[in-house]
Amino acid sequence: MKHNSFLGKDNSLVEGRVFKVSRRDVLKAGALLAGGLVFGVGLVRCDSKKNEVTYLTPNVYLKIGSDGVVSIIAHRSEMGQGIRTSLPLIIADELGADWSSVKIVQAEGDVKYGDQNTDGSYSIRMFYKPMREAGAAARYLLIQVAAKRWHVPAEECDTENGSVTHKSTNRAINFGELVEEASGISVPPGEIKLKEQQNFKLIGKETPIVDLHDIVTGKAVFGADVDVKGLKVAVIARCPVVGGSVKSFKDGNAKKVPGVVGVYQVKGAGLPATLNKPLAGVAVVADNTWAAIKGRDLLEIEWEFGPNASYDSAKEIAELTKSISSKGVVRRNRGDFDKARKNAAKVIEHVYVAPHLAHATIEPPAALAIADKNSCEVWACTQNPQGARKVLSEVLEIPEDKVKVNVTLLGGAFGRKSKPDFIVEAAILAKESGHPVRVQWTREDDLHHDYFHSLSVQRTIATIGKDNKLSGWNHHIAYPTIGATANNSELQPSDGELGLGATDFPYDVPAVRIETHDAPSHLRVGWLRSVRNIPHVFAIGTMMDEIAEARGVDPITNALQLLGDDRQITFNGEILNGTYPNYGEDIANYPWETGRMKAVIERVAKESDWGRKLPKGSGLGFAAHKSFLTYVACVVEVQVNENKVTIPSVHYVVDCGVAVNVDRIKSQFEGGAQFTASLALKSAITFKDGRVQQNNFDGYQIIRMSESPKQIHVHIMDSDGKPTGVGEPPVPPFTPALCNAIYAAIGKRIYTLPIDLGA
Amino acid sequence: MAKYSININGQTHDVEAMEDMPLLWVLRDVVGLKGTKFGCGKALCGACTVHLNDNAVRSCSLPVSAVGEGRITTIEGLSKEGEHPIQQAWEKFVVPQCGYCQTGQIMNAAALIKRNPQPSEQEIEQSMQGNLCRCGTYNRIKAAIISVTSQPK
Repeated sequence: MKHNSFLGKDNSLVEGRVFKVSRRDVLKAGALLAGGLVFGVGLVRCDSKKNEVTYLTPNVYLKIGSDGVVSIIAHRSEMGQGIRTSLPLIIADELGADWSSVKIVQAEGDVKYGDQNTDGSYSIRMFYKPMREAGAAARYLLIQVAAKRWHVPAEECDTENGSVTHKSTNRAINFGELVEEASGISVPPGEIKLKEQQNFKLIGKETPIVDLHDIVTGKAVFGADVDVKGLKVAVIARCPVVGGSVKSFKDGNAKKVPGVVGVYQVKGAGLPATLNKPLAGVAVVADNTWAAIKGRDLLEIEWEFGPNASYDSAKEIAELTKSISSKGVVRRNRGDFDKARKNAAKVIEHVYVAPHLAHATIEPPAALAIADKNSCEVWACTQNPQGARKVLSEVLEIPEDKVKVNVTLLGGAFGRKSKPDFIVEAAILAKESGHPVRVQWTREDDLHHDYFHSLSVQRTIATIGKDNKLSGWNHHIAYPTIGATANNSELQPSDGELGLGATDFPYDVPAVRIETHDAPSHLRVGWLRSVRNIPHVFAIGTMMDEIAEARGVDPITNALQLLGDDRQITFNGEILNGTYPNYGEDIANYPWETGRMKAVIERVAKESDWGRKLPKGSGLGFAAHKSFLTYVACVVEVQVNENKVTIPSVHYVVDCGVAVNVDRIKSQFEGGAQFTASLALKSAITFKDGRVQQNNFDGYQIIRMSESPKQIHVHIMDSDGKPTGVGEPPVPPFTPALCNAIYAAIGKRIYTLPIDLGA
Repeated sequence: MAKYSININGQTHDVEAMEDMPLLWVLRDVVGLKGTKFGCGKALCGACTVHLNDNAVRSCSLPVSAVGEGRITTIEGLSKEGEHPIQQAWEKFVVPQCGYCQTGQIMNAAALIKRNPQPSEQEIEQSMQGNLCRCGTYNRIKAAIISVTSQPK
């Protein structure tokens, strides 16, 4: 049995994601781009003779024009996390650019930019240093030229608001005037000096997102907003059962709908469904979206449903609940759990069940393609433009350099838009029909054919010794693995999945045993914001509350005690037949530090006024969790009224190292609480006869304003540590904190999601 | 197919469309106004909200044949360059994350304060209930609306 890969080996598209070794190679490449390319300084002349602008291009992320315009390339995808603002502002800060006039240019998919797979809360962690170096190198060049011109030592010069300055003589030259000369020099190795933290003008401050005005005026361009001449729109009827195919089909009256121009079969990947190929279906191509939708309704398709046609998710939960009571495959072991259980004064054991979840981005997948037998250009809301480029090259059988992938804004993504299936659909249909084609997914398509976060069944057993200490921890885990989407024979979670909150159980317990169980997959499983941390931490975080109660200790004191002394945890020698992936980072560079976790816990107790008296039916709940190398503690306040849950306040404390854009860290946590409130209280995808039973936002519900958490307070720890991401870390601790608050309010424990108190 | 003369943002547009074509697709695919977004097609998410005679309507579920003489306002016509107080408040509070639902949120909020210039917090919640935001910007939306309604008139 293999546990060492996050995904099937046949899927190179996603191999470079968070958990694979190849990611580190990419990371090195990213560092080289900023460090290495600065030596190859380029000068580009504009063709136009009238307005000749020359450009200094010290690296792939930056272009400074002789007209003084500073353009910064945003190479990661914007999906609401604010990365089109947060990475460019790092360059601008080190460069000393005038932020208000900086031009942000979205990169197309190209390996020259380093990693563009916007995923795994990776962007800031991976690119903070390269971006600083990119800005600082350009700053060095501009200062050399100005200093020479002024006959002053370079050390006396500075940069500010797009100019090099010499304070003692009160002189300043705009960058634009230095560009031509700066292009002739290079940066000697070791000469790049980064700013001291106290001199930052943008990093650590609150900077509004660069797309703000375009968004509020309706000018922002998302996946479906690109238009080209002769554009047609395609809507596809896909096989409702994963892995099925089209047995036969008739146009029916589809072609009679005014505006319908063609009907095409789309060949699906079959089984395995894969993480990048389309599902089998029939496409209606039309002059406009409505005609395509109406045409699709009239198709007569006979499906071959295949082996997943009898899939029933309720039955699967019942089966896994049975099988999880047996012995599993041990994935982490410390000490002797059986002995701890034998000698225990108290044993607590529970089974936790959580459902399939859909991403349900408000923007359904959409992509526009122009393609013929020689080349292809697409515009898409993609998290992974290089991955899309690669698969388009494979599917269309053309070289990658004949494929251009343009990235629009993403109307939410949460992992869904890492998968290029919808982009491939557009390209295939464009090539076949001879028209530029926009594939538009409807909401029903999105909910029926997502790459779902799969359901989970878990069993946890905690033993408390006669000394009233936690003596043993046993965690049993079963869920259809992401790996099965690329390889159906995968039945067990990968090390990568388990490293998201399960095998990195940090508490100082003498006996720890993590076991996994087989769970076959009958759907396309993908990753959803924080991935397996969602179920793992639901079980662990609520169990911790029961452990505290059984020990007769306050939950926060309990967590601080169980974390033990300030130390670094490595999990060395405890992960069986595999490794602890540490989110793709060397644990020597990003150690698991119990002291940092304790600090966020202590602060959340203070900020939330933990222990305060609340009226009957109200309660506070606590949970803390480190994910994606960011430490988070969370306290949720609930009111339960006639079994209806409201959330008056949430307190988060976060330690993410250096805070780059404070406002976007806050907004990620504010939104993270809302996003997770949906998962905890509202959302579930169920399958019957192989088909998803929810069709739209009436069946698959997400939280609305009146039900949403009211006051969300985000407290950021002061730090000069290496920055880590904040997109996913708000999610994991919220659900257990909420469940624990409900227990404090009404004495009811939650073992099944979404929470149903019978309101 | 039928011909319609519809008033969008103060201009008359002559369009040819199927009579059951929702206004949303007329705006996006026929007229080329992309600020109004498709989210669900069933009036469940509010991303497609526009004004019909100053009232918020879900354009994904309003057939073009039902528009008649009504005045349609989209995000492109709410103000020339984002000067509407709701848009300004959205910028002040940096409300959007991904931004996709926000034009619908703004149109709904603009209709609310026109109808009820001093809504209570509960009235704001009730009025905005039909507009989903997956990124979770609800609290900033509420703060932005309150900032507009509490300004001295």
